[in-house]
Amino acid sequence: MAKTFTIGLAQMAPRLGDVEANLQRHLELVREARGLGIDLLCFPELSMTGYTLRDLVPHVAVRPSPEHPAWKPLLDASKEMSLLVGFVEEDARHRFYISQAFLDGGQTIHVHRKTYLPTYGLFEEGRYLCAGEGFQAFDTRFGRVGVAICEDAWHLSTPYLLWLDGADYLLFCSSSPAYGVGPDQEGATGNAATVQQFTKTYARLLTSFAFHTNRVGVEEGISFWGGSLGVAPSGPVLAQGPFFEEALVPMEVDPGLLRTARQRLPLLRDEKSLLVFHELSRIVSHGDVPRTTEDATTDEPG
Amino acid sequence: MDIEARLSLDVPLTRRLLVNTIRAELGRFGFKKAVLGLSGGLDSSLAAYLAAEALGPENVRAVLMPYSTSAPDSTRDAMDVIQRLGLSHATIEITGMVDAYFAYFPDIGQRRQGNVMARARMIILYDQSEEWGGLVIGTSNKTELLLGYGTLFGDMASAVNPLGDLYKTQVRQMARAVGVPEQIIAKPPSADLWPGQTDEGEMGLTYAEVDKVLFLLVDERRTRDEVAEMGFSPKFVSNVWRMVQKSQYKRLPPVIAKVSDRTVGWEFRMPRDWGT
Repeated sequence: MAKTFTIGLAQMAPRLGDVEANLQRHLELVREARGLGIDLLCFPELSMTGYTLRDLVPHVAVRPSPEHPAWKPLLDASKEMSLLVGFVEEDARHRFYISQAFLDGGQTIHVHRKTYLPTYGLFEEGRYLCAGEGFQAFDTRFGRVGVAICEDAWHLSTPYLLWLDGADYLLFCSSSPAYGVGPDQEGATGNAATVQQFTKTYARLLTSFAFHTNRVGVEEGISFWGGSLGVAPSGPVLAQGPFFEEALVPMEVDPGLLRTARQRLPLLRDEKSLLVFHELSRIVSHGDVPRTTEDATTDEPG
Repeated sequence: MDIEARLSLDVPLTRRLLVNTIRAELGRFGFKKAVLGLSGGLDSSLAAYLAAEALGPENVRAVLMPYSTSAPDSTRDAMDVIQRLGLSHATIEITGMVDAYFAYFPDIGQRRQGNVMARARMIILYDQSEEWGGLVIGTSNKTELLLGYGTLFGDMASAVNPLGDLYKTQVRQMARAVGVPEQIIAKPPSADLWPGQTDEGEMGLTYAEVDKVLFLLVDERRTRDEVAEMGFSPKFVSNVWRMVQKSQYKRLPPVIAKVSDRTVGWEFRMPRDWGT
């Protein structure tokens, strides 16, 4: 039987554009997490930089390698616990990404680049950043993990793909701004309720663990709502962080729950991924689905 | 849900967001104190309650800036708020300042006078900001911002505006919930720039009506035709939209003539809270 472990969600408020200050805050939280016996410490999206960066993007970008002065201390810290860190990544050809790195045993195990960059409403990511090109699950000492960053997780296909790729642990990391204060919000804004709901729903429908680490604090008049959440495969909430306040939210994870959940609800066993593949191929390659109204009318006789 | 219900706020949540934002945005620039112009009206009273909750009443300086024709009950209501909250306060009359200027222009008219008074108050608030070591809290609500019912670089000037995303109707709902005295909530909104002036009289509309139309057009992204079909006069809807359009310049920084590769506001886009 796989051993239980402790995951911690670091619901922090990064300092905007100050990598050094945020690095120190990460190391403080690692020390705090040590006292709680945490094995895997998750930070929010862009935890090393803050969110509303705009033209600060190139000023705060990091290459996730041991040579980088901000990366080395994180790698060292990952010798005592695994870390999931949010940062702006610069690639060798000087493209900038919103990335989340999984560090363990002094190594960078995996980097996920945010693939869906929201560029609407108050979001302007597409203006400043390059989109990642996909989702890939990866193996860790806890099991197989899938990472998604904020908007990534709003696209249904993201957790689905990670699940098919073998992820039993979905790690969502966000800088989710608070908006929508209509009547009766139960402690957080309208969009928060949606994120909480889909995190729970994904856990249940994918019979997997789902964790959401969201930041707090205020930037440019925008508040971030926190409310970080861990959900077990059959649905129950493991722990939830407070809204709007900094917190380190620990919870014990029993991998045995995957086994019991998938006996009760064998959705993974019965999933027809080949069918999905065929149907998607047909749909995407045009097949008999009309792409525009004009296409549809050309099928009409006469 | 009908429109009144959709316009209503989750008060505890909104209060938390506004109070947090005041504290956080001042704090990140190293300030623990604030200054605001308190007229005795609804908006500035609510702003005073929120600032006092965020920073502690002893850290909020309310400045009364009456003119010789200001309504006496404005001062009375402002003093009531100050006493209830225990705010630091100062009274600085603008009469001497602005009358000296008005003397150059015997035909100046109410509108120009009103704008000069609003800008004189801005001068005082920003000087008090320096003297008191606190940032200026804004009191312009969303209805005023969208309709352009405010004086550019006058009452629209501030460092942090906690009310700018609340319609007047919502300001009233919040004010009631945080305990602003009922006589302030009940009196007709007025800039008090001349005797008998009321916002609704001057603009020729009611906040109750215009807030619904703005909410549908702006927040819910409805077309003007759709709003008219919901029972609002098409002429009124068009007028409201025109007011929003004509005042767009007031909601933006001044136009810069672009000549270089990297112009402030276009290619140079640093966050305001840079490095804080």
